[in-house]
Amino acid sequence: MKFGICINEGPYTHQASDTAYQFTKAALEKGHEIFRVFFYHDGVNNGTRLTTPPQDERHIVNRWTELAEKHSLDLVVCVAAAQRRGIVDADEQKRQGKDANNLAPGFRISGLGQLIEAGIQSDRLVVFGD
Amino acid sequence: MADEMMEPGGGGVTKKFLYVNRKAPYGTIYALESLEVVLIGAAFEQDVSMIFADDGIYQLKKGQDTTASDMKNFSPTYRALEMYDVEKLYVEKESMDARGLTPDDLVVPVEVKTAAELGDLMENQDVILSF
Repeated sequence: MKFGICINEGPYTHQASDTAYQFTKAALEKGHEIFRVFFYHDGVNNGTRLTTPPQDERHIVNRWTELAEKHSLDLVVCVAAAQRRGIVDADEQKRQGKDANNLAPGFRISGLGQLIEAGIQSDRLVVFGD
Repeated sequence: MADEMMEPGGGGVTKKFLYVNRKAPYGTIYALESLEVVLIGAAFEQDVSMIFADDGIYQLKKGQDTTASDMKNFSPTYRALEMYDVEKLYVEKESMDARGLTPDDLVVPVEVKTAAELGDLMENQDVILSF
């Protein structure tokens, strides 16, 4: 089956991003296809490479990066939600005149159309959030 | 924005999209950002319905005044949904009754349905986004 994933909550504060990761990983291991993982609302905070959890805790951001690398996952962070919350890639840094960028490897920033497209192209769109 | 590089329309596929709005308009950002999804999604010409339930009904309440709270009053945007061909707006009867509201209190025309009827509606959707 082809799944689209939408994550609406931030890392470490809410179970949603952990559950979404576990679901995505399990689906891939079972041979399913993940069309796209879309990060929205506070979910965009799953995509900052500045995240530095204590060493004995899971690293939610790096975990996504590694999974994306292994399975060529499309990890998309919503541009509008990202701008509100200070998640910036090199292009956005230039465009907005910021002094830094923080998007983690394996993620890209794009628009909400990517979420709608995931709904259209996937057999199931699974939303993780409150 | 790097946004809609992709051609809207989803390659000729039309699916039934349902947005379920359950949160009050202010206090959290869910309602505002959900409305942004609906507006962007309209370009894809899908078959769109919206449900307002629980405190989500307050999103449609007439007479919102946010001047003292420094929040943007985005309630007029719901009136623009019609122009985006988003016309199937449902409100859950139980939530409405519990809050002492009637359709006359809302900024847009809605259809009132019971929770059970909305369950049937959900059954017939392809994509449900719940915020």
